[in-house]
Amino acid sequence: MVVNSVHWFRKGLRLHDNPALQEALNGADTVRCVYILDPWFAGSAIVGVNRWRFLLESLEDLDTSLRKLNSRLFVVRGQPTDVFPRVFKEWNVTRLTFEYDSEPYGKERDAAIIKMAHEYGVETVVRNTHTLYSPDRIIEMNNHSPPLTFKRFQAIVNRLELPRKPLPTVTQEQMDRCRTQISDNHDERYGVPSLEELGFKSQGDRTHVWKGGETESMERLNKHLDRKAWVANFERPRITAQTLFASPTGLSPYLRFGCLSCRVFYYNLRDLYIKLRRRSSPPLSLFGQLLWREFFYTAGTNNPNFDRMEGNPICVQIPWDHNPEALAKWAEGRTGFPWIDAIMTQLRQEGWIHHLARHAVACFLTRGDLWISWESGMKVFEELLLDADWSVNAGSWMWLSCSAFFQQFFHCYCPVGFGRRTDPTGEYIRRYIPKLKDYPNRYIYEPWNAPESVQKAANCIVGVDYPKPMVNHAESSRLNIERMKQVYQQLSHYRGLSLLASVPTIQEEAEPPMSDDSQASSSTAGQGSTPPPSTPPNSEPSSPTAAAPGTHIQRKRGLPSELTSKQKTKVKHANQAKGVEQIIDEKQ
Amino acid sequence: MKRRLSREREDSSTSSCAGPTDSCKRVKQPHDDSGELMPHWTRLPQEILLHIFQYLPLLDRAFASEVCRCWNQAFHMPELWRCFEFELNQPASSYLKATHPDLIKQIIKRHSNHLQYVSFKVDSSTESAEAACDILSQLVNCSLKTLGLISTARPSFMELPKSHFISALTVVFVNSKSLSSLKIDDTPVDDPSLKVLVANNSDTLKLLKMSSCPHVSPAGILCVADQCHGLRELALNYHLLSDDLLLALSSEKHVHLEHLRIDVVSENPGQQFHSIKKSSWDAMLRHSPNFSLVMYFFLYEDEFGPFFRDEIPVTHLYFGRSVSKEVLGRVGMNCPRLVELVVCANGLRPLDEELIRIAERCQHLSAIGLGECEVSCGAFVEFVKMCGRRLSQLSIMEEVLIPDHKYSLDEIHWEVSKHLGRVWFPDMMPTW
Repeated sequence: MVVNSVHWFRKGLRLHDNPALQEALNGADTVRCVYILDPWFAGSAIVGVNRWRFLLESLEDLDTSLRKLNSRLFVVRGQPTDVFPRVFKEWNVTRLTFEYDSEPYGKERDAAIIKMAHEYGVETVVRNTHTLYSPDRIIEMNNHSPPLTFKRFQAIVNRLELPRKPLPTVTQEQMDRCRTQISDNHDERYGVPSLEELGFKSQGDRTHVWKGGETESMERLNKHLDRKAWVANFERPRITAQTLFASPTGLSPYLRFGCLSCRVFYYNLRDLYIKLRRRSSPPLSLFGQLLWREFFYTAGTNNPNFDRMEGNPICVQIPWDHNPEALAKWAEGRTGFPWIDAIMTQLRQEGWIHHLARHAVACFLTRGDLWISWESGMKVFEELLLDADWSVNAGSWMWLSCSAFFQQFFHCYCPVGFGRRTDPTGEYIRRYIPKLKDYPNRYIYEPWNAPESVQKAANCIVGVDYPKPMVNHAESSRLNIERMKQVYQQLSHYRGLSLLASVPTIQEEAEPPMSDDSQASSSTAGQGSTPPPSTPPNSEPSSPTAAAPGTHIQRKRGLPSELTSKQKTKVKHANQAKGVEQIIDEKQ
Repeated sequence: MKRRLSREREDSSTSSCAGPTDSCKRVKQPHDDSGELMPHWTRLPQEILLHIFQYLPLLDRAFASEVCRCWNQAFHMPELWRCFEFELNQPASSYLKATHPDLIKQIIKRHSNHLQYVSFKVDSSTESAEAACDILSQLVNCSLKTLGLISTARPSFMELPKSHFISALTVVFVNSKSLSSLKIDDTPVDDPSLKVLVANNSDTLKLLKMSSCPHVSPAGILCVADQCHGLRELALNYHLLSDDLLLALSSEKHVHLEHLRIDVVSENPGQQFHSIKKSSWDAMLRHSPNFSLVMYFFLYEDEFGPFFRDEIPVTHLYFGRSVSKEVLGRVGMNCPRLVELVVCANGLRPLDEELIRIAERCQHLSAIGLGECEVSCGAFVEFVKMCGRRLSQLSIMEEVLIPDHKYSLDEIHWEVSKHLGRVWFPDMMPTW
C-alpha cells in the first residue's frame, strides 16, 4: 500500500526531536511538511508584527533545512478545516501526523481534524513533545486535578521518571526514502509569505534582536550552555541592568514556537550540571524556567476558561475597573513612570522583557496601581510578547495579579523603587526612553520630583515632553491593598486582623502522600457553602467564588466546569479511538 | 400547576396560606390518590419557609417567590430584608452585574423600614455613587444598625459634590438613631456631618471606619471620641490622630477599645508628620490592655523620622513601600506587642540583625511577610528557630533568601520546616 504522509507543523517548528515527523517518514513513500496559515487573520491586532516576523523567520528556517534534505515546506493558505479535505484529495494522503497541543482550543480543533481525517480514511498519529511531561499524567497523579501551587507541581514531577529522551534530527537518508516531487511553482503556491503579504508595512533592513528559527535556537542553546559552564554556577544570578536587556542566550521564544525542543534543553542542562558538579542528580530548581512552563500548560489543559475571570473556577472574582484610557497609557508606555514606560517600550520594540520587568508592569496594571483586569494585560502581552502562548500567558497574569494560585498579595512592586533598586544608574531607562537620558540618576525614576532647573537642564519638562505620573502610587497602593483584602476576606471568611491570613491556604501545599489530599481543596475557602442568615445576601453573579477545585460555594451552579470539560475530553478520546489508528503517546 | 391553584381556591376563601395550626394539619395529611406531594409544599409553615429562604441567595429566593402566593408572602417577610447589599455598577466601568433597579424600587417601597444592615458597593463611576446617595436619601423610615459605603475600585464617592453626599448621609444619621457600625472610608464626610452622627447615635456607635476622609479634621474625630463612649473599633488616617484623641479614647467613661487602625500616607515627598507622645500610648494601653493597633505605612524612606522613636503598642504593621534597615531596627527595639510584620521592600542590604532582634524582642510575633528584601539563609533559620512554632504565617518571597556558607536554597526549606513543625516553602514568582 502506498503511504503518503503529511506532517502538520503548528508549534514544534523544528526537525530535531520531532517524533511525529519521524512517524510521518516511517515507511512512507512521500512526505510533505505543511504549515497552515490564514493571511486574512494576520491583520487582527491580537498578534503584533514581531510575533509574525518571528514565525515567518522560523518557517523560512524550516524551509531552508528541508531544502538541504531535498524537500520543501508547504505553507498552505487557509483554515485547517478547508485545507485538509483539499490536500487529502490532491496528494492522496494516507497518514497525517502532528505534535500534540494540550491547550483546550487546540484539543478541540485537533479532534475535529482527526474526525475528518478518519472520514477520508487518513490515519492520524500524534506525539506529545511540546511539554516535558504529559499534562494529563500529572493531573492524574494529583488526584485528577491540576496542581495549583508550584511546590505541589514540583513534588509530583519529582516522583516521575525523567522526561523521554529527545530524538535526533531528521537525516538525509530518512528523507531520501520518501522523496516528494516539488513542483516548479512551489514558491508561488506554497512559499513562506512575507510580512507585506500579511498586511504589515515593510520593516526595512532593521536587524531584529530575536531572530526566529531552529538554526538560531541551536546556536543560542550552545551559547547558553557555554555561558553557564564558564560561570560554573547554576545559582540564581544577581540582577543588574544587563539582565534587563535582551540576552543573546535567551531561549523562551524558541521554546514557545518549538524551534527548540524543551527536552533537548532539559537534557543539555542536566548533562552539563552532572559533568561540572560531579553529582548524580541536579535539583529541580535548575529547570525552573521549563517547569513554570509545564505548570501553566498543566493548569490550563482542561480549563477552556483559563484565560478569563468569569466562569473560571480557579480565578478569584475581583471587581476590576474598566478604564480603556488608562489601559492605553499603560500599553503604549505613557504612564509617566519611566520604569514602567521603558519596559513597555522594550516590549513593543523587541518582543521580550525580563521576568522581573513583567512582574513590575503586571503589578502596576492590576493590583498595584491601575486596578485594571489582568485579562486586558494578557491581551497586550499576547500581541507583543514573543514567548506568550495561551496557557503560560494567562497563567502568569493570574499569578501576578494574585487572582489564582493562592498568592499573597501584600508584595507590591513600587514603580519607582523597584526599578531603582534593580538598575540604580538608569541605563535601562536611558536606552528605551531617550527623552530622559540627560536626567541625573537621582531623578530619572521620578522626573516629576525634579526641580524645574534640573528638568530644563535635561531638556525634558514633565507634563510637556514627558507625561506626568498617571497615579499617585502611595494613594493607589493604599486603596488597592484594601480592595484585595476585602475580596480575600470575603473569600476566606477570615474576620481577623492579619493581612497574611486573609489569603486562604490550600492543603495541597503539604507534601504528604497524595491520597490524603483527595479531600484537599481549600481548607478555608469552602467553608462558606451555606451562608448564615445574618450576613447580607449578595446579588448572585458578583459574589467572589474562587473556590479551589472541587469545592463550590454555591452548589446550585452544577458541576464544576473543569470537571465537565474533563469529561468532554474523555468523550473525545473515546471518539478518537473508534476506528482511527491513533497513538497518543501518553507515557511521558 | 392548574390543579394546584384550583385546589387552593377551593380550600380557602381568603389567603391560601392559613395560620400555623392549619398548615400543620395539612402537612400531616397523607398523600392524595395520585401520590402528589405538592399540596404539602404550599402549606409549609411560615417559620420553616423563612428558615429555608434564608439559605437561598437572593436570585433563587426571587424565583421561589413566583411559585405561589404563599411563597410570595414569605419572600416579603421582614426577617428576610434585614440585610441588604446594594451593588451599583455601570457596564462601562465594571465587569460586575448590578442590583436590578426594579428590585431597588421594591425594597425602598416595601422594605425600607425592615432594613437594618445595609451596605453599598459602588464601582469607579460617578453614576454609581450618585445612585447610592439617591437610595440613602430615601431611607427615611430606616433604623439602620450597620451602614457600609464600599468603593470596589476608584473611590467614586469622592467625585460627587460634597453637599450632595453629606445630605444623603445625614438622612441616615438623623433617622437611624441606633447606628452601631459605620464604614465610610474614601468619602467626603466632614466635621459637621460627624457632629450629626454623634448627636443621634452616640449611645450605640461601636465601629467607625473612615480612612482617607480628607475633609475631616482632628477636632472632628475628637468630637466622636468624646461623645461615643461605646466606640470599640476605629480606623482613620494618621493626620487625624492626636494625643487628645488617644486620651479621649482612654477616658474612664469609654469602653475598652478593641481595635485601632491607622493609615500613614504620604501626600508629597518629604512630608513632615507629627509625633504622638509615648504617654498617650501608655494611657491607651492602661485603659485597653488587649487592644490591637494596626498601622499601614505608605511613606518614602526618608519620612519615617518621627516614627518608632519610643515604645509604641503596635500589633500589626504593614510597610507598603520601601522601609529602611534602620527603621526596621527601631521596630525591633520599640514594638514589644508586635504580632504581624509585613514588609513590601527594603533594599539590598541583609536584614539579618534586624530580624534576630525582632525575634528576641517581639515575643508575640506570629506572622511575618517579606517582599523585596535580603536575608541570609543562616540568619533566617536562626530567626525561625527563635520564633519557633508561634509563627503561623511565614510568607517570604524566594528572592529574599541569600544562600550562604550555612545553607543553600534547596536545604533551607527543610531546616525551616523542622523548626516550624510543618512543611514550609518560600513564595515563588514565575520565572518564565
